Amino acid sequence: MKRFLLPLGIFALVAVVLGVGIWRSPEKGVIVSPLLGKPAPQFSLPNLTDPAHPVRSADLRGRWYLFNVWGTWCVECRAEHAMLLNVQRSGRVALIGLNWRDNDAEALSWLQQLGNPYQTVAVDRSGREAIDWGVYAAPETFLVNPQGIVVYKHIGALTEEAWTREILPRLPPPVASKS
Amino acid sequence: MIRTGQVLVLTALLACAAAWAVDPTHLADPKLQARYVALTHELRCMQCQNESIADSPVDLAADLRRSVRELLEQGKSDAEIRAWMVARYGDFILFRPRFIWRNAWLWSAPLVLLAIGVLVSWRIVRTRAALVAAEPDGADGEP
Amino acid sequence: MLPELGHFALILALLLAALQALFGLAGPALGRERWMAAVTPAVAGQAVMVATAFACLVSAFVGNDFSVAYVAENSNSALPLFYRVTALWGAHEGSLLLWIALLASWTVAVAIGAARLPPRFAARVLGVLGLVSFGFLLFTLATSNPFLSIDPPAPDGRDLNPILQDPGLAVHPPILYTGYVGFAVAFAFACAAMLEGRLDQHWARWTRPWTTAAWAFLTCGIALGSFWAYYELGWGGYWFWDPVENASFMPWLVGTALVHSLAVTDKRGLFKSWTLLLAILAFSLSMLGTFLVRSGVLVSVHSFAADPTRGVFILAFLIIMIGGALTLYAWRAPLLKSSAGFELGARESFLLFNNVLLVIAAATVFAGTLAPLISDALRLGTVSVGPPYFNPTFMLSMLPLLALLSVGIHANWKRGRLKDRQRTLLYTLVGAAVLGCGVAFGIWSHGALLTPVGMTLAIWIALSSLVDPFDRWRRGLSLPRAVIGMTVAHLGVALAVLALTTVQSFTSEQDVALAPGASATVGGYDFRFEGVKPVEGPNYDAQGATLVVSRHGARVAVLKPEKRQYWVQRQVISETAIRMSRGSNILVALGEDLGGGRWSLRIQIRPLVSLIWLAALVMAIGGALAASDRRYRTQQVAAAAGAAAAEPAA
Repeated sequence: MKRFLLPLGIFALVAVVLGVGIWRSPEKGVIVSPLLGKPAPQFSLPNLTDPAHPVRSADLRGRWYLFNVWGTWCVECRAEHAMLLNVQRSGRVALIGLNWRDNDAEALSWLQQLGNPYQTVAVDRSGREAIDWGVYAAPETFLVNPQGIVVYKHIGALTEEAWTREILPRLPPPVASKS
Repeated sequence: MIRTGQVLVLTALLACAAAWAVDPTHLADPKLQARYVALTHELRCMQCQNESIADSPVDLAADLRRSVRELLEQGKSDAEIRAWMVARYGDFILFRPRFIWRNAWLWSAPLVLLAIGVLVSWRIVRTRAALVAAEPDGADGEP
Repeated sequence: MLPELGHFALILALLLAALQALFGLAGPALGRERWMAAVTPAVAGQAVMVATAFACLVSAFVGNDFSVAYVAENSNSALPLFYRVTALWGAHEGSLLLWIALLASWTVAVAIGAARLPPRFAARVLGVLGLVSFGFLLFTLATSNPFLSIDPPAPDGRDLNPILQDPGLAVHPPILYTGYVGFAVAFAFACAAMLEGRLDQHWARWTRPWTTAAWAFLTCGIALGSFWAYYELGWGGYWFWDPVENASFMPWLVGTALVHSLAVTDKRGLFKSWTLLLAILAFSLSMLGTFLVRSGVLVSVHSFAADPTRGVFILAFLIIMIGGALTLYAWRAPLLKSSAGFELGARESFLLFNNVLLVIAAATVFAGTLAPLISDALRLGTVSVGPPYFNPTFMLSMLPLLALLSVGIHANWKRGRLKDRQRTLLYTLVGAAVLGCGVAFGIWSHGALLTPVGMTLAIWIALSSLVDPFDRWRRGLSLPRAVIGMTVAHLGVALAVLALTTVQSFTSEQDVALAPGASATVGGYDFRFEGVKPVEGPNYDAQGATLVVSRHGARVAVLKPEKRQYWVQRQVISETAIRMSRGSNILVALGEDLGGGRWSLRIQIRPLVSLIWLAALVMAIGGALAASDRRYRTQQVAAAAGAAAAEPAA
């Protein structure tokens, strides 16, 4: 009587699904961005350090950049700051900051105290720009290629591991970038 | 032996579950307001992942509510607003799974199950009714 | 010293559970009488050890022993004594210990009740329970030991999660777990019957009171959880279709099916293999609930610390227990044959439909709850499933179920004889429709289509379930408790349907911003805001608002919602203020300070919402009445005697 084996079969399938669920659970809560492989949002935002020159996406065309969303209220951002400074020192890719839902004075004093890893920092006081990028929890970091396409997104504090494993291999070799 | 990571997760979740989002702003048009209420209850707050943006007290939810309001005022339809959200946050933001092919199994599951249930019940009842018809009319079970 | 004693007691309990399983399962299989005789002492010993461990942890909490990591994480010296005790099950490790303690209690009760059963069968039941207990004890000791110490001891604790500092939550987990664990008893009876290979309907009769009791506890537990979420979690809803809620709801749906199919198996010897399967399924879903809550594979508001290694352990345990039981089922169930028949209009048919629809409902909830996992496993991308999916799909099987319930109550066993009842059916339906639509359209002039349908169904169910008891009373027949219990439980269902449709259609909700002295009108009530003052609690500071609620100028209530900041964990918690008035629940929650004394407030008026929880209580009382029917006890002796007589021949 095969039909009495049916419950066992269904249970086996459920067990497999649960097993896969556990196996992938470290990734749970990390939401795959629909922006990957798509053009980064167009923007023109106030510049934190240089109010006369707004930060415009059009000006960033033609080169690689890391778009890092941060705020002084964000605990994890403090944790990743040293890593951001390392990235800047490596000279491999430009860092563009998005100061999210913050106030300018605090953001400036943060950069003064901890050092400024960013080439420019765009200001998003209202949180509208962050929504366009699908940001849900700072810090988040996007890697954008010269064509303006988002090729990688890292959620949470940027780590050495993410930098060497995910970001560096995507960048063109350093020799080519210097030539 | 205290696992700090675990405690951190715990506190992060608590901040979400504990307070209320109270949103006293109203759209002038009652029809828009009704759509606003319905839509904000169907969008998941990405930070407090099991709350709708209508209920979640975090800033991001407030920003997303503002986006919904603005899109409504621009005359966008519910479907357009949902698509706008999906383009930014993916399907994860929708509490109502979309009617698309890869969700077909989910939406059809209740109907398929119901159909199987009807079929199985019908077969069982038919077999059993044949048995009772073959029997002499004897003492029945108590009610 | 005490924590070490507790740890030691848990290890001894593990060994005793192993012995209980070994003697209980191997004894009857090898025909060793003395092994079987050792099962009951093992049960008693395990219970004593578990009680010792439990007492040690309670005393660590009461005595503020912050050298115990679990106490340091979940308690604080400023925490009131009552919550220091209930903090025991405030997090993972302690909830597991509670689970184990309740299982030990059920096992002792079964061991006492099993004195009337054939010894081989009783030994097997206790053996299976020992195996379940062994698994959970091993899980606790290996991954979630509540007695681990920290050195040096913490100066003070991190405090109990403030949203758990509430009387509702103090009683919710013990009652809910009593229900969950109770299905282990039904599972054990089913496994024992399959091992025994004597799959007559006796086991169904023996299982019935246990299953009904477990079901009643689960009903109460779920209702308490819903009530707690309503006033404490803060969104003012009573059901969110959250994974953790669903985890308790799925076993309830299957358990409800089981209670009904046991009736058929007991009375008519039908659906035997199906009932076995449901008994396995109800317990599997209880365990799956534990898995979902504890493994962290799903996102949930209620999921406190989650850990994949725990998930692996529970999954392995699930595979052994459930996989084992289902293999046993595949082997034994084909032996089950029944030549009994019934007509389409017979009670059996309606109970069959009841079972099919309840299982479909459970499967739908299951599909929705696991959809994110399934979609991910099949590489179909991410998906979120919330109330917009669950509400309509759940209704799809519930509405036919309710309609069939009102008809099925009138049907007799075997031959439905519904023709004789045509007039009763028609009268009750017409009466219900007139009354239901009258209420729906008369009192409230508006409302969705669901409201008159729901009202009519509710009244129809109520009238229908009263027909049989009324008839018996008129004819001077006795009313057994089982019948009274069934009637009461069905009245509870009617009440629940009435309440749910009313609340769904007639809730008014508004968020307002008010300055002191200003008023808002919501749902016919005026709310005057008197301002906000600081309040100090035993372990928190709060901002307390005062609102005077009036209707047509007459004062109805004074509501004082608060926003609390607990000292230790520093987070802000909304404490809602709720008032019952003319069947409506008025709920006010304090939002944010908008400056200049102005505050935002959420006001909700939900008519008859309290009836939902009352309905669950009524159902549970019905279950308790049915479970306590003397018939089970007296006939158990007769059945046991018969079985014992038959044994030498077997």
